[in-house]
Amino acid sequence: MYTTELQKQPSKPVAATEPQELIDAFEARVAADEFIEPKDWMPAAYRRTLVRQISQHAHSEIVGMLPEGNWIGRAPSLRRKAVLLAKVQDEGGHGLYLYAAAETLGTSREEMIEALHTGKAKYSTIFNYPTLTWADIGAIGWLVDGAAIMNQVPLQRTSYGPYARAMVRVCKEESFHQRQGYEIMMCMANGTPEQKEMAQDALDRWWWPSLMMFGPPDDESPNTAQSMRWRIKRDTNDELRQHFVDVTVPQAEFLGLKVPDPKLRFNEATGHYQFGEIDWAEFWNVVKGEGPVAKERMHDRVKAWDEGAWVRDAAAAHAAKQHSTRQAAE
Amino acid sequence: MSNEWPLWEVFIRTKGGLSHRHAGSVRAPDAELALRHARDTYTRRLEGVSLWVVPSAQIVASDPHQAGPLFEPAESKIYRHPTFYHVPDNVKHI
Ligand SMILES: [Fe+2]
Ligand SMILES: [Fe+2]
Repeated sequence: MYTTELQKQPSKPVAATEPQELIDAFEARVAADEFIEPKDWMPAAYRRTLVRQISQHAHSEIVGMLPEGNWIGRAPSLRRKAVLLAKVQDEGGHGLYLYAAAETLGTSREEMIEALHTGKAKYSTIFNYPTLTWADIGAIGWLVDGAAIMNQVPLQRTSYGPYARAMVRVCKEESFHQRQGYEIMMCMANGTPEQKEMAQDALDRWWWPSLMMFGPPDDESPNTAQSMRWRIKRDTNDELRQHFVDVTVPQAEFLGLKVPDPKLRFNEATGHYQFGEIDWAEFWNVVKGEGPVAKERMHDRVKAWDEGAWVRDAAAAHAAKQHSTRQAAE
Repeated sequence: MSNEWPLWEVFIRTKGGLSHRHAGSVRAPDAELALRHARDTYTRRLEGVSLWVVPSAQIVASDPHQAGPLFEPAESKIYRHPTFYHVPDNVKHI
């Protein structure tokens, strides 16, 4: 997930140097579902975890513009083009809300962008898979945004105020993303045999990476307990993944498409779908930057940043000039 | 040296008659671009009819650690609320 902990090692416990009464008061506030605001006291480990989680979330939104952005020029109609453009623009906005939220914790936007561009910062593994056909744009909206919604809705109640408020705004905008994707899938699934085949092929390739988005299984997520106690995570990876499978399988059935999992079956007793083993080796390889198009994504991202440099420079020069003209006049 | 653009706080009036409300922040080199960025970032769906941008550095905030001494004195002054006063039922329009 955009927010999945991608470190395998447990994070450092709360530093022993922090005054116990402050820690206790903080834990009590969080346990009572109060919101923590930027100037409130918070344990250094809480701040660190949040900076990592929010900046990784922001990077995911920004990098997420790339796989879809490269289809804007090839969208099959003016309507599809306008819709995709609006969706990609929203993702840019999501990145900006989140960078601003992370900045309230004392990190700078420059530092975060630098960390992304030098490969130090992580982003969601899902964006390191290629978008080969137009059906992939449908599958991304339906599955990837669908999974993102499942992760983000509970974060509207996350304990850090600026993060929770950013999530409220993001969630309002996400549902259109998922619906436009599903609409593309409906159109193709009911189209020519070739179009239906493309839709099936997109589902085949995006299904497992979408399940991986929820992150490693609970027994391999050493920091889940602390993050749940701090209310910066509200459900475990496996709970969210199960919920996603439960709601998405019937949607695939409606499309007349087949979920690429021979072990998938509905368990009458539990009321949930059982599904096959996830290839976690593939997941960890993608985390390490070995996804099929990881290098291409970072190359494109850095290129976009570098090519925008003259605009930023011109804007800064203009602002400086206006400033000195005003001062001269005073 | 950092040449990061300054931070601006964005306030939106969602419709006529309501006050501006804080929506979030943007980075921009000057006020004019801050307004444009605020419009693109926070009002893509008719969220507002008017925008304010204020340099974040200009905001003076109360200290959260002083919230007790600042706000608690109001707690005991329940006579500032109309329900504190008893008016018999047969007295009307008050
Ligand atoms: Fe998003
Ligand atoms: Fe989205």
